[in-house]
Amino acid sequence: MTSTTEAPKPAFRLSQLIYDSRYRSITIQVVAMILFFAGFAWLIENTVSNLRALGKDFDFGFLWNRSGYDINQHLIPYTNNSTHARAALVGILNTLLVSFIGCLTATVIGVLAGVLRLSKNWLVSRLMAVYVEGFRNVPLLLWIVLIFAIMTEATPQPRDFREGGSAAMLLWHSVAISNRGVFIPAPIWGAGSGILVGIFVLSLVAAWYYRRYARKLLFDTGRLLPMVWPAILIAIVPTVLFYFILGRPVTLDYPTLGGFNFKGGLQIRNSLIALWVALSVYTGAFIAEIVRSGILAVSKGQSEAAFALGLRPNRTMSLVILPQAMRVIIPPLISQFLNLTKNSSLAIAVGYMDVRATLGGITINQTGRELEGMLLLGLFYLVLSLLISGVMNIYNNRIKLKER
Amino acid sequence: MKKSLFFGALTVATLIGAAAHASTLDDVKARGKLNCGVTTGLVGFAAPDANGVWQGFDVAVCRAVAAAIFGDPMAVNFVPTTGATRFTALASGEVDLLSRVTTWTFTRDTDLKFDFAAVAYYDGQGFMVPKSLGVTSAKDLDGATICIQTGTTTELNLADYFRANNMSYEPVPIETNAEGQQQFLAGACDVYTTDASGLAATRAAFEHPGDYIILPEIISKEPLGPVVRHGDNDWGDLVRWTFYALVAAEEYGITSANVDEMAAAPTQNPEINRILGTEGDLGAMIGLDKDWAVKAIKAGGNYGEIFEKNIGENTPVGLARGLNAQWKQGGLQYAMPFR
Ligand SMILES: N[C@@H](CCC(=O)N[C@@H](CS)C(=O)NCC(=O)O)C(=O)O
Repeated sequence: MTSTTEAPKPAFRLSQLIYDSRYRSITIQVVAMILFFAGFAWLIENTVSNLRALGKDFDFGFLWNRSGYDINQHLIPYTNNSTHARAALVGILNTLLVSFIGCLTATVIGVLAGVLRLSKNWLVSRLMAVYVEGFRNVPLLLWIVLIFAIMTEATPQPRDFREGGSAAMLLWHSVAISNRGVFIPAPIWGAGSGILVGIFVLSLVAAWYYRRYARKLLFDTGRLLPMVWPAILIAIVPTVLFYFILGRPVTLDYPTLGGFNFKGGLQIRNSLIALWVALSVYTGAFIAEIVRSGILAVSKGQSEAAFALGLRPNRTMSLVILPQAMRVIIPPLISQFLNLTKNSSLAIAVGYMDVRATLGGITINQTGRELEGMLLLGLFYLVLSLLISGVMNIYNNRIKLKER
Repeated sequence: MKKSLFFGALTVATLIGAAAHASTLDDVKARGKLNCGVTTGLVGFAAPDANGVWQGFDVAVCRAVAAAIFGDPMAVNFVPTTGATRFTALASGEVDLLSRVTTWTFTRDTDLKFDFAAVAYYDGQGFMVPKSLGVTSAKDLDGATICIQTGTTTELNLADYFRANNMSYEPVPIETNAEGQQQFLAGACDVYTTDASGLAATRAAFEHPGDYIILPEIISKEPLGPVVRHGDNDWGDLVRWTFYALVAAEEYGITSANVDEMAAAPTQNPEINRILGTEGDLGAMIGLDKDWAVKAIKAGGNYGEIFEKNIGENTPVGLARGLNAQWKQGGLQYAMPFR
């Protein structure tokens, strides 16, 4: 009684795997999968057998051996008695440092240049166009090497700063620009400086709350409190006050000439400057284009409406255009940050000791652990990139259009 | 079942592949050229001349090996390598032989899986400074900024030396000698350090060599020699004995000028006869022709001739034989017996 209405089930034939569109895609996927795994297995097998042929094993133990080499720029204590793992960490921090400050300055430069390129002022917009095209269309490596060459060839040697020498320090004898880098005063954190830092952080939080309050007031009641200067005052005044109340806990260590080089102060090496500046202006040019396209993507009606409501151009830009443009800007901006981070490995051209130079360079070379070192290096860049895009995606989700 | 068959086939394929690569000599012969790793440019040791032909002490070792195999000293592909890329180039098989001012050390010989065929030049690490700096001893270098080539023994020795003498320094890492030279001349570093021979060779290329001095301290032992991959002992033997043939040739007075004449007929000295193949057949034992050593010596002369022509006292590099004199002259160059 039940089976009479059912159509007879056709027998499954093998040829259906190819000719029947219901099965074909599965067949293709299975075949592709098998090929992929076979290729992968071949790679592994090939690596293992070649390592065996060379008599090498696969072992990360070298990371805990003494490194034996020195690194000029280290943000954490490091000597040649430290381990290779620590040398790698020093390199990682150097990579993070240049990527972080690079992303910051690139964003500032990019936003300024992108907005200014849309300026009604012919000269300004042309200048920005020249900047964008000039930097976007010349390889990054050239900029790095060029800036480095200028910094080392066109600046005086430390000994030129001696009495009667041809060079002099700037800004009341506090800054020296030399072919060894730029020397600036370094802060000395005396007793009580911890409290000062704490106060500064609290003031920043307070300033942020003030802005939030002012904003809410504006949206709720339409009353406009001044936003910028009170926030700045809140952020700075308590710190300055307490600086004197606590008896000046933070003092400055000025660079002075001693022996071969400047002693004291903070040395910003030319390799860092060259890499930082080149990465910033190069990536900034791309960001400028992203910002410009983001702004242009906001329909003209929006700014016309804002003007009709009597908003001044500045406010229109910051309250109406930019928040909407951000939705278009953020996703490509993420990839620019990722590019900058990975491009920082061009540090090799100027001897900046990033992770590629320590773990991926000297360590690999002194220990002969190319495979292990390169795998770790790849893993580091992978994790870093995923982290950056993860954080940026959270931000993107917060500002994106909430559809109700 | 099918899977294991597949992997079985793969393994066999890789094994066959590995077997085919077992003999470096066969590879070189099949290719018709020797791939030789040299520096990116260090006048006197390895650098292309005005016609683009590689010249130098290290280059001469490559040419002698090529001549021993093919009878043609020009049958060499020179592969420029930096301090940091040379070992990868050798381990990966990109070069058959590395003749690039490379120091024989324990880890390179064992852990890095290489073999040093011989010591072609006994050297040590030194320091070069501008005269105007007023420094006369390496002990005065506390706080100096120093240019060093990365991936070398140089950077390790430097760290050890400054630690032992309780001094500090600022290292400026560089990739190639050319880069180091440029930074040093621009004054971006106070001191340039590397093997003393390398310093002399680098200084010879300066516009005003007289403005720079090499400090008296030698802080390490740097035995420089040709390197091959560990594992192919036959190939290592071939390189070693080709080099020894050059050293022995100097000891016995065989030169590029008289080698043909001496090889024409057996001489009174049986050792010379064995080297030149007029007695016995040593060549066959290393897979080469009877007259392999004759061809190697004809390529660039014996060890002494190669030294004098490229880095000797009458060249701009101007190195004395010193430790590299024949053992009979109080040096360390000593060819093992040919018998
Ligand atoms: N002998 C040392 C260092 C040899 C070395 O790299 N010397 C430099 C400085 S003279 C050189 O030859 N450079 C040539 C180049 O840059 O290609 C070692 O084996 O680690």
